[in-house]
Amino acid sequence: MEAVFSVLVALFFSVGIYLILSRHVIRIVLGIALFGNAVNLVIFTSGRITRDGVPIIPANLDLLPGPAANPLPQALILTAIVISFSFFAFVLVLAYRAYQEIGVDDTMDMRISEPRADRLPPMGY
Amino acid sequence: MLLEPVSSGDWLVIAPVVIAISLGAFLLMFRHYLRWQAMIASGGLLIMVATNAALLSRVVADGPLVMTMGRWLPPFGISFVADTLGASFALAATFVAFVCAAFSAVDIDKTGRRYGFYPFLMLMMAGVNGAFLTGDIFNLYVWFEVFLIASFGLLILGSERAQIDGAAKYAILNLLATALFLVATAYLYGSIGTLNMADIARKVDGLRGSAPLMTIAALFLLAFGMKAAAFPLNFWLPASYHTPRLVTGALFGGLLTKIGVYALLRSFGMIFPPERGELSGVIQWVAIATMLLGAMGALAQTDIRRMAGFLVISGVGVMLAGLAIGGTGALSGTILYAVHSMLAMAALYLLAAAICEVGGSFLLNELGGIYRASPLLTAIAFVLFLAVCSLPPGSGLWPKVILVGASIEAGRGWLAFAILLTGLLTTITLGRVFILAFWRDGEGNGAARAPSAAHLAPLIVLLVPILLLGILPEQFIRIADRAALGLTDSAAYIRAVFPEGGG
Repeated sequence: MEAVFSVLVALFFSVGIYLILSRHVIRIVLGIALFGNAVNLVIFTSGRITRDGVPIIPANLDLLPGPAANPLPQALILTAIVISFSFFAFVLVLAYRAYQEIGVDDTMDMRISEPRADRLPPMGY
Repeated sequence: MLLEPVSSGDWLVIAPVVIAISLGAFLLMFRHYLRWQAMIASGGLLIMVATNAALLSRVVADGPLVMTMGRWLPPFGISFVADTLGASFALAATFVAFVCAAFSAVDIDKTGRRYGFYPFLMLMMAGVNGAFLTGDIFNLYVWFEVFLIASFGLLILGSERAQIDGAAKYAILNLLATALFLVATAYLYGSIGTLNMADIARKVDGLRGSAPLMTIAALFLLAFGMKAAAFPLNFWLPASYHTPRLVTGALFGGLLTKIGVYALLRSFGMIFPPERGELSGVIQWVAIATMLLGAMGALAQTDIRRMAGFLVISGVGVMLAGLAIGGTGALSGTILYAVHSMLAMAALYLLAAAICEVGGSFLLNELGGIYRASPLLTAIAFVLFLAVCSLPPGSGLWPKVILVGASIEAGRGWLAFAILLTGLLTTITLGRVFILAFWRDGEGNGAARAPSAAHLAPLIVLLVPILLLGILPEQFIRIADRAALGLTDSAAYIRAVFPEGGG
């Protein structure tokens, strides 16, 4: 099962990175979302994926009797999903605002904070 | 389960975070009471400075202080661990934030207050303090996100076009950096099976042969290097830090990159020392490129706010130099330089605000005549420039002396040369600012007027520790040495988290 997931993770990462390398903000934002989900799947896979047993210790034992999926990474993913989803929402709004304010979606033309025509400092008095 | 309750003195370790979060929530509820916001936030930050100072003095006297949440035993519960490194960084950061909050009373207008400058500020300080004091690597990720989202709020406050543009670049690249941090954390958990830093530090030696530790260490270097604005991952910083209000720039330039440096110190100093040795060549060239390109970038700027952004980057390069060398001495130099950089960089942005008030501009082409308008501001600027250039009597001198000494001792002549060359380039940059903005007659812009006390007071308050660090460095160097020793010899840290050696 882990092998299948690692292929899936690789797919998510490559699509995410491909989109992030684009010049257009909206594609970058979508790439970030895919990248975040790839990370979540990495965490998910790192905690073993199996349907063999439930991670509940029976009343008369101190340890788990058999192998089971580690529940902690799933708790970590919940945190990561909440955070990455809220960030995605923020960045989406920010990208839309930037498009409204600047009028372009192409990062090569987003030069308001670093204008191309910036003068060099004076050479003398 | 832990059965005995935490002794009341040990609550000190989470006090800064608790105060910051609760005051942030309080200020959010009462955000329409604009007049009280600044006062409550500054008061809260002053209390946080006091608790952080108490925490540091206790940690220096008794060793690391631990508190584990929810009555779970350490590897399972989330631990907060204050050691000398974390407590001293938290103290310096909170002090800078206090000065900035006091200054913001004149820099942040009514609209900024209504849109929540102070709740964001307190939330960011909760994230910053949490990052410095947590002992759990996933928790560190969460605090990174806490201060990151608060910093987004601060960055776009005002919604000018340049701000939106800068914020878009800042947000996307920082989001990517924290995602990379999370990838590294996932691999770390997958191969070691624990998230508690002390537990990782003691288990990692047994896994050197089998676990992909070099991959994890390189990913941490990539993620934290991006947060610290190390070359070639620094381009988000000069695009964004000059766009918001200057008090926000001062907070960001003072604090945020240093959290990346702290995370690098914590991960490479304590968890991955052998991997740090393997990567030290890479870190060395990254450090040299960062400090030189930062200084050259500063040299090419007309806008003094953007110049300050490049000087922040250059300082990060100097801090990475200590990480490249390794060992207690060099790490102590890095720690000392980080504290100096928090104070000096925040002061530099506040100085830019004062210069704009006096000269009416941020551009070197237009500024002039400040010496005539205000000799006091000129004196303050002169001392601060000396500190940033690492010349006596400023705070930058001793950490650079330590770092140059350590790099020569380690046989890294190029690194020592680069550190000294950076100092020279920085001196030329700031010397030119002094000549053009202060000495030159301001005929083109004759409106130069005396600065208000509200602009001078925070600068003077920041200059006090800067001068103390430069003139009486023994105490600071001793604390930095202890902090570095706590990293290279993590036995005390591990013993504090696992008193019986069990778990």
